[in-house]
Order: sequence, then structure tokens, then C-alpha cells
Amino acid sequence: MAMLEVQNLEVCYGVIRAIKGISFEVNQGEIVTLIGANGAGKTTTMQSVVGLIPKRSGSVIFDGHDITKTPCHKIVHLGMTQVPEGRRIFQELSVYENLLMGAYSMKDQSGFKNDLDAIYTRFPRLAERKNQIAGTLSGGEQQMLAMGRAIMSHPKLLMLDEPSMGLSPLLVDQVFEIIKDINKDGTTILLVEQNAGKSLAISDRAYVLENGEIVLTGTGSELASSEMVRKAYLGG
Amino acid sequence: MKFLETLINGFSIGGIYAMIALGYTMVYGIAKMLNFAHGDIIMVGAYVIILFLPINPVVAIIAAVVLCALLGISIEKIAYKPLRGASPLAVLITAIGVSYLLQSLAQIIAGPNPKLNNLFEKLFPKFLETHRGGIITIGSFNIKLSTIITLACVAVVMVGLTLFVKRTKTGRAMVAVSEDKGAAQLMGVNVNSIIMITFAIGSALAALASTLMMLDGQKFAVDMGSLPGIKAFTAAVIGGIGSIPGAMLGGIVLGLVECFAQMAGFGEYTVAIEFSILIIVLLVKPTGILGKKRREKV
Repeated sequence: MAMLEVQNLEVCYGVIRAIKGISFEVNQGEIVTLIGANGAGKTTTMQSVVGLIPKRSGSVIFDGHDITKTPCHKIVHLGMTQVPEGRRIFQELSVYENLLMGAYSMKDQSGFKNDLDAIYTRFPRLAERKNQIAGTLSGGEQQMLAMGRAIMSHPKLLMLDEPSMGLSPLLVDQVFEIIKDINKDGTTILLVEQNAGKSLAISDRAYVLENGEIVLTGTGSELASSEMVRKAYLGG
Repeated sequence: MKFLETLINGFSIGGIYAMIALGYTMVYGIAKMLNFAHGDIIMVGAYVIILFLPINPVVAIIAAVVLCALLGISIEKIAYKPLRGASPLAVLITAIGVSYLLQSLAQIIAGPNPKLNNLFEKLFPKFLETHRGGIITIGSFNIKLSTIITLACVAVVMVGLTLFVKRTKTGRAMVAVSEDKGAAQLMGVNVNSIIMITFAIGSALAALASTLMMLDGQKFAVDMGSLPGIKAFTAAVIGGIGSIPGAMLGGIVLGLVECFAQMAGFGEYTVAIEFSILIIVLLVKPTGILGKKRREKV
């Protein structure tokens, strides 16, 4: 069953059509990746689906709700959230307070303590630094915090925008391991990545985005072996 | 004794500036706009007090705080919200327009002449019988009761607001929105209601500042909010606009400078000295004393 169904999505910046009517879907339990070069429209797609930037036309159905015109904060309450590009953790708040913000949409606060413990077990570095101001964390730690903060709201669908950006190879591997783990725990994942090799390896399905259009789709392994993807995104 | 009295007066006047500056700085931090109509909320608060004073002084103060909070929310809804995302200049000019609108309306309703207020007399009739001019004298040391009340109110507001921002869910959401609106929305924060709450708190504080000014014997006049408003804005910028502790610090600094300049015999030059301090702070540290440089996000 499709958890997220995007149809003919069109997004414009002034007169520029950044997204030219794309359709894709994410099924329950899947990891789906959008790959594409810089400026292909990946982040624009992510931000318009979650309601941060307005859609020109098209429709978005999430978990049976039409969220085409729903404001972002209400979409989050329905169970979709995003780890945005550049992490965007709250620099002035402590690690703990960032995680508290992650649970902002939870009506029932009784599970908070358990959720927090689960995050600290998954990311021991965050436990060590829970009272530290988040702006002083390293890039890798900030990415862990951004992911931890997002899963505090128990999303049904978690979107991650370039989670490996700017991280060392070791940390990149770790991030992809964590994404696989989160997915195993029952969270559906929509991923945007420039690191096509690593993301296709963990994806059930993927879409290739070029100049605001979807040009190719298939399973992760199909795309990883496709001539076009190998040439354009995997360095031959 | 003279020194101690000046110091205490400085804290008291500075506390009132700080209270007004908090409104400027919180609105700037969260809505990223300079609300130049903020000073005129003080005037509206004073007018509400005068209006309700014959009924009961306590009712008058509560009415001023509540009505000003509602006025702040309405101004945001009607004048500023439609301009969200517009150029900062358009918003700034709108704010100045709102300021003139409030002053002109007050002039039409209340007339152009300043009015005396007897809030203090109404609140403390017994105290005035025993203490002439509401002044407490201990040896050679004099202090006004209104000064003591002001210091107490300012302390309560500062501690209360700091705890609110640090300890409550809404307070944390305010910090989050001021830092990154988009990321806050991704946590499920309704930015519009946070902006509304901010305007309500800022305007309620302006009404409280107005109460304290009235208590000190300030006359009601339609432009009574202008100078304190501009000084409080100066205080917010000196402390670092957007920073809550900065506004508190800036207000106190300004109040102390004002009182000590008067004590030293530079009475006519106080305003000039205050604005000179603003210029010096901006030259040395353009973000203000406690202001942080923020990376602009697109």
C-alpha cells in the first residue's frame, strides 16, 4: 500500500519551474531514494511534499490524508517529518532540548523518557553530550542529533535530505547503517542523496531526478547497474 | 547616600526600559521585524488605566494588560501578518503607520492635552497620609514606594520570562522559531501561534511598563510612548537585538547612564549621551553586547 503518493507535483520559484510535474510513491516499510545532481530539484521536492514551500499544482496523499494544502506543522502531527538538508539543529539549545523539540508534536508525553533512552542507546555520543549546546557539536554529531530529533516524533514516514553531506567516509557508512536500522524498526524512509552508490545499496526502489523531471525508476539494484546511472552518478 | 539613591533609581528606570525592550527584542527575534508601534502600546495602556481608574485601580491595571495584549495580537493579525514574506522595508513602514494611527486615534478620543493620573493615590491612600509624596525616609536615605514596586515587578518579570523561555514547551518553541522557522515547523510547531503569543507577551509587558510609569506620576499624553519606546529600542540594540538577556542588560545600562548623567549635572544631555553609547556599541560590536552573529539561511 502506498504510504506517500505524489502526483504531477509542480513547484515554481517565480517563473522558473523547478519541479515539472513529477509523480512517485513510497510504500509502507520501503526505503526509497531520489538521486540526482545538484540543482535537479531534490530538496525542492522534499520541502514541498512536507509543506515548507508551496506547490503550484499536483497532489500529495499521505497515509490516506490529502495533504496537498496542509501546512507543515499539521503534516508533522500526521506522522511525517524530515531531517532537512544541512541538519538545521537548534544551535542555541542543548542536545537534550533539541530532542525535547523533536517530541514537540507528541500529545502523550508519557513515553518521552523511554524514547529518550532509546535515542541515547542508539547514539551514545549524544548521551555523553546531552547538556552541551548543540552548536558546539561536530558535523557528525549534529547529523546524529538531527536524526535523533526527527525520530522522537515517531514518524511513520521519515524523509532525510542529504544526510551524508559533509561527513567523513567512516561517518557516512555509519549514517547509512542507522538509516537501515530505523527502517527495520518499522519506519518508512524517503531519502535524497548525492551519494548514489551507498543510497542505492540500501534502497528498495529509487527515482532519478534530472532538471525537475523523473527520468528513470527501478529497484535499487536495477538502477545501480543501469548504464545511465553508472555514467552520471557512480563515476563510470 | 546620593550615590546609592541614584544607583537604585537607575535600576528602576532601566528596569522599565528593559521591560519595553523585551517586547522589541522578542518580536524581532521571532517575527524578524521591528515593531515601531510598540512604544504606542504604552500610551494605550496608560489611557486604559485612566479610563478604568474611577472603577477600581486594580481592575484598571488588569484591563490595561489584557487589552494591550489583545491589541498587540490584533495589530499583528491585521497589519503585519499579510506582509509576511514581504520586504522588510514595507513591514517597517507599516509599523510606523500603525504607530501614527494609534497616536491619532488616541488624540481624537482623549484630546490633545496631557492628563494627570492619580493611580498611586488610588492604590495607596493610607500610605500617602503617613508618607508625604509616597517617599520612605530612613535616616538621610530617601526612596519612593513606586521605585520599590518597580524594582520588584521588574525582577519578577525578568525571572519569570527567563524561566518561561527556558523551562516551558512554548518557550522552547519560541527559541526554536527565532533560530530556524522551517526546522521548527518540522517539529510540528505552529509558527503563527508562536508569533501571536510573542506579540501578546510583548504588549502585556508594555502595559505593565506603562502602569509603572503612571505609578511614578507620569502624565498621560498621546506621545508619551514615543521617547521611552525609542530608548527601549536603543536598549534592545545595545544589548543585542533578538537576545532576551541582552534587552534586560541594555535597559539597565541605559537607566543607570541616564540617572548618573543627571547626578553629574548633565541633565540636558542625557538623551544625547544615551544615543552616543548606542553609536559606540555599534562601532565596537555591531551585534550588540550579547548579540550573536547568525548565519542567514535560505
